[in-house]
Amino acid sequence: MPIDILMPALSPTMTEGKLAKWVKKEGDTIKAGDVIAEIETDKATMEVEAVDEGTLAKILVPEGTENVAVNTAIALLAGEGESASDVSAAKAPAAAEAPKAEAPKEEAKPAAAPAAPAVKAPVAPPPSDEDRFFKNTQTMTVREALRDAMAEEMRKDGSVFVMGEEVAEYQGAYKVTQGLLQEFGPDRVIDTPITEHGFAGLAVGAAFGGLRPVVEFMTFNFSMQAIDHIINSAAKTLYMSGGQMGCPIVFRGPNGAAARVAAQHSQEYSSWYAHIPGLKVVSPYSAADAKGLLKAAIRDPNPVVFLENEILYGHSFEVPTDPDFIIPIGRAKIERAGTDVTITAFSLQVGMALAAADKLAEQGISAEVINLRSIRPLDVHTIVESVKKTNRLVSVEEGWPFAGIGAEMSAVMMEHAFDYLDAPVVRVHGKDVPMPYAANLEKLALPQVDDVVTAAKAVLYR
Amino acid sequence: MATTTRRRAKPAENAAPEPTQEELLHYYKEMLLIRRFEEKAGQLYGMGLIGGFCHLYIGQEAVVVGMQAAQLPGDSVITSYRDHGHMLACGMEAKGVMAELTGRAGGYSKGKGGSMHMFSREKNFYGGHGIVGAQTPIGTGLAFAHKYKKDGCIDVCYLGDGAVNQGQVYESFNMAALWKLPVIYVIENNKYAMGTSQQRASAGELYLRGSAYGIPGKQVNGMDVLEVKKAADEAVAYVRGGNGPMILEMKTYRYRGHSMSDPAKYRTKEEVNKMRSEYDCIDHLKSLLFTKGYADEESLKVIDRDVKAVVTEAADFATNSPEPDASELWTDILVEA
Ligand SMILES: Cc1ncc(C[n+]2csc(CCOP(=O)(O)OP(=O)(O)O)c2C)c(N)n1
Ligand SMILES: [Mg+2]
Repeated sequence: MPIDILMPALSPTMTEGKLAKWVKKEGDTIKAGDVIAEIETDKATMEVEAVDEGTLAKILVPEGTENVAVNTAIALLAGEGESASDVSAAKAPAAAEAPKAEAPKEEAKPAAAPAAPAVKAPVAPPPSDEDRFFKNTQTMTVREALRDAMAEEMRKDGSVFVMGEEVAEYQGAYKVTQGLLQEFGPDRVIDTPITEHGFAGLAVGAAFGGLRPVVEFMTFNFSMQAIDHIINSAAKTLYMSGGQMGCPIVFRGPNGAAARVAAQHSQEYSSWYAHIPGLKVVSPYSAADAKGLLKAAIRDPNPVVFLENEILYGHSFEVPTDPDFIIPIGRAKIERAGTDVTITAFSLQVGMALAAADKLAEQGISAEVINLRSIRPLDVHTIVESVKKTNRLVSVEEGWPFAGIGAEMSAVMMEHAFDYLDAPVVRVHGKDVPMPYAANLEKLALPQVDDVVTAAKAVLYR
Repeated sequence: MATTTRRRAKPAENAAPEPTQEELLHYYKEMLLIRRFEEKAGQLYGMGLIGGFCHLYIGQEAVVVGMQAAQLPGDSVITSYRDHGHMLACGMEAKGVMAELTGRAGGYSKGKGGSMHMFSREKNFYGGHGIVGAQTPIGTGLAFAHKYKKDGCIDVCYLGDGAVNQGQVYESFNMAALWKLPVIYVIENNKYAMGTSQQRASAGELYLRGSAYGIPGKQVNGMDVLEVKKAADEAVAYVRGGNGPMILEMKTYRYRGHSMSDPAKYRTKEEVNKMRSEYDCIDHLKSLLFTKGYADEESLKVIDRDVKAVVTEAADFATNSPEPDASELWTDILVEA
């Protein structure tokens, strides 16, 4: 059987082209890889190379022909033991004959993709028995809780290790990894050079290789150096590998504004990372959140971005003493129950929201404060159930408004609670400016308790 | 902590033994398989069955075949988007690779990765990475995991002559040297990064790029599988011996454009033809097989036919395998805990 040589597509967009020149003549012997013709597309002239061996038996499309459709037979190739004359008698030039193998036709079926989970009713968050652990607690700082979470997981699982700048000998730039080097040694608590892009990528490789890295960024501001590996390597590889190549890794460190460190060191990254399918994003408020969620993050088979807050490191909270205490990722916490307005917040802003709720109570307004804890997956269910009761939502975040968490919260309300709202959502957020250094300006740039109070009253028309 | 069987490092031979007939024939078959596979991929692209970016490895086959021959099972491999040859050399099936190129359910990534993104835990192949240079720290991390687990394995991390100018490559070199990680960086210097020649992009010699970190580097004729194998043996022994990383710069050449839609205006036809006709790795090995009396036209024809059968079968599989089910859109985003 002679083989059809087809008009090839030479670029992702080419549908037809000009057969500019035949480099081989009828009767020529052709080896795989030989250039047989030249084709002009709208972009360039390109060579067509033979894939099969044989003799060029017949040219079906003469040179100079314009608008030859991709996959038209342009010549016939006689195989071994066939002669050119056997072939010339064969079929006439069938224009734009259907290719032997049918290319998948795009227009044919934008196959009804299953509906995105987002438009479905919000699913209940993962169950948790965290409350029962609060019978026995001890007071500790967020800093200590984070350290204990890492230490407990490292004791349990030899594949967990911690790496980052100043995490070992210096005991952590913010002393979060205090004592880990002494307990686990330099093979598992690793000081890196100042090389965020490199060590983030290295840690992703280590995770692919079967380890469970906990990567500390001195602050998340510096994770921008490494964001390609967080997104392109850690978050997407499971999908791109058809489920083979999971990446169990935690990227953690302080996020958001500290105090008086100006624009490059004061940025809030939750909406950046929460944008990415394939990542989980967690942002704890209390020491119990910090401990329970960090343990869950280290055990999670997926990449988790764990956003801490420098100002909170020194704050003390009650934390369960039982080492089995853990908080599932994806579950918000109602910090204060209320009936008139729902206030969502995360990280340091939870404290702001609680202070605002106190002030509102003095004015006879009962606010329900939800500590989101997990940004992605977001516990939409808990938020929506609250709004069904209060009919009003104020979203509080430290970051910028545009495409921020408050914007997402507004969309969630449109999709899931539109009929329950008695007022438009109001967002409290960092001002849409780089963080200034001057004390007075910095204060103006960040959300304050009174901003939350004002917003709550606004949605109540008071 | 998962530890696999500890293996003994291969003792460094004082005099490299002559390659056997069997070895030479194996290299021939492997290189030919990659070439025929790539030619077929080019054809399927031309038929519209493969879309998007498709970077062929034609011309560079000796590099990956020579390197692979020096490795042991368990050693990990990682590379860029020009990855078809590496996967075949690792022992991944031609069918699964080709079906991924056509975006079908039977592909290694169920059609969700494409030409640039395939993986095999079974064969220790870790991709398939589309961001130029990104595989370098990841490969370094695979080496970190080998050392951490004390499994006696090494990582072979391939990168291009363009990729060597990425900052993360030097971040990797530094950490690999500092921590004596078992990794061989194989720079596949095919003279061009898309349309930019090495001269226009890179100052200095590439094999010396690790010298400030104390990483030994060697320039190798990457068009000769035996020279590649020899250099690979030495590098593998050095790296597996716990001495830290090593760099091998393979001087090689790609015959085709950077990707399918590259008209290759940045180099002359004469240059390409000269490389093809005078330095081709397959032709070269073929004549060696003839002079040594290890093969004749007839016996090589048998190999050719076997290879062709594998490639034809792969292409058939890749065109008949169904497209992934629409439900696959929503799977493999997160591992369910
Ligand atoms: C970070 C990044 N920048 C640019 C590109 C676009 N790009 C893809 S391949 C390539 C050239 C790389 O050349 P080289 O490293 O020599 O590898 P080769 O293609 O020759 O194998 C470029 C610029 C990319 N994929 N990633
Ligand atoms: Mg190159």
